[in-house]
Amino acid sequence: MEDFEPRIIAFLCHWCTYTGADLAGTTRQQYPPNIRIIHMMCSGAVDTIYVLKALIDGADGVLIGGCHPGDCHYQTGNYKARRRVAILKEILNQVGFTEDRIWLRWISASEGKLFAGTVTQMVEELKKMGPNPMKKLWVA
Amino acid sequence: MSKGAVLEVKNKDPVETLRVFFRDLLEKEVVDVLLVPKKLPSGDGYCQTLVRDPGMLGDVNALAPTLPVQSARLISHLTLTDPGRKIGAVLKSCEIRAVIELVKFLQVKLDQLILIGVDCLGTYEPSDYAEMSREKGEGVSSTGGLLEGAKEGKINPQDGYNLRLACQICEYPNPQNADIVIGLFGHDPQREIFIQVRDQLASELAEKGILAMADGESPSRDKVIERLTEERIKRRDEVFDAFRSGTKGLEDLMDALSTCIRCHNCMVACPICYCKECVFRTPTVEHKADQFLRWADRKGGIRMPTDTLLFHLIRLSHMVTSCIGCGLCDSACPNDLPVATLFRAVGHKIQGMFDYTPGRSVDEEPPVASFKEDELQTESGAL
Repeated sequence: MEDFEPRIIAFLCHWCTYTGADLAGTTRQQYPPNIRIIHMMCSGAVDTIYVLKALIDGADGVLIGGCHPGDCHYQTGNYKARRRVAILKEILNQVGFTEDRIWLRWISASEGKLFAGTVTQMVEELKKMGPNPMKKLWVA
Repeated sequence: MSKGAVLEVKNKDPVETLRVFFRDLLEKEVVDVLLVPKKLPSGDGYCQTLVRDPGMLGDVNALAPTLPVQSARLISHLTLTDPGRKIGAVLKSCEIRAVIELVKFLQVKLDQLILIGVDCLGTYEPSDYAEMSREKGEGVSSTGGLLEGAKEGKINPQDGYNLRLACQICEYPNPQNADIVIGLFGHDPQREIFIQVRDQLASELAEKGILAMADGESPSRDKVIERLTEERIKRRDEVFDAFRSGTKGLEDLMDALSTCIRCHNCMVACPICYCKECVFRTPTVEHKADQFLRWADRKGGIRMPTDTLLFHLIRLSHMVTSCIGCGLCDSACPNDLPVATLFRAVGHKIQGMFDYTPGRSVDEEPPVASFKEDELQTESGAL
């Protein structure tokens, strides 16, 4: 398991976490390169099908990055995302799939350091969890 | 508030007595049309029928023991554009609860609708009832032999047939949110039927000489409903427990769903599935050949058709908070997957998270269509 490198699909909001990721880069924050970023206009635009498809296709983790509560560029997108993710995580819990591979985090455009820290921490956690068992499942 | 009346049953034939009641509703223009189960010409089943001409009420049976289709969907078609007429709909409890959910998803309008709810004795699979009819010919009971147990609330299916599992674990035998309730429990159905009517409508029925209204309670009915509900909840929890202990990990779920052919029958049968265009019927999941081949390359081989697990999980995430447990997904599944149990068991937990009971009230916002600013907070400020 030593050489297991988790693959994370990240859906990041244009107005906060995506820009925060940019800031992490321009300020030369170091973080592991295990993340593949998909640029969204809002965390509220992340359909559950994106998250599930990524997991079923073998992504080891999914990170959804949105604006802090009260800061959504579209007023309420992040609240909707929060409820949607909460429902999805509980569904996965109920059917015996670990919910810990899905992370929803509030990271603003000025929090480059927090973004780098979050990715670092997520990679560590996923390394402990090991590869997503779905990766090998041919029947899904 | 509501008023009540006792409808005297003539000739020990409650089905005919209700037919006369419906004829009054139509002829005295309480409703302009009536959606009500009617016996099929083949004689071995029932279908919902939109009746305009009171002469068509022959063979109408409000107590039909099958649920071939979820009428909430039909009512959506009937009310989404202004029908311009008063529609009466004779529905079972789960159908009314589905109607209430669809109101919240803006797919049913209540303005022109009079909901007539029937105390539900449970339903057989339509195929079972058809077989029963063939065995017994003319002698088949129009309520599948279920009505006899209404007084005591001890409902016994006939001749080794079973009620649908969804009905066995249904904790809502009596209709809620109905404008007119046809009460069977706690009364001898050979002699009387208890009718409960919302105040405003009650005065109309009294004025038109259809029913003599009095106070709206039936203690004997309430008692039977209470006991029946208790028994059903017990049975429901047993089914949930069995399902949960059998679905501990991903492999168990995959096994349970392994014979899914993604026919989408469960989705078509589901009254709640509210998307006007289902993502599973769009090019999003119509993959190109090279996509399938890439998957096969990566995993060494893949099951076809693909996306079955995704299909069920997405359906869960869309409608599980509003699942009213009619179980028509079970009836529609050609491979007997335990979809209704899956949806009800998961739904029960998730509805609990939001203290939400689907079908309880039109004033409650469905969890997937609302949020609160101060909910679901964790230490890290996220999930």
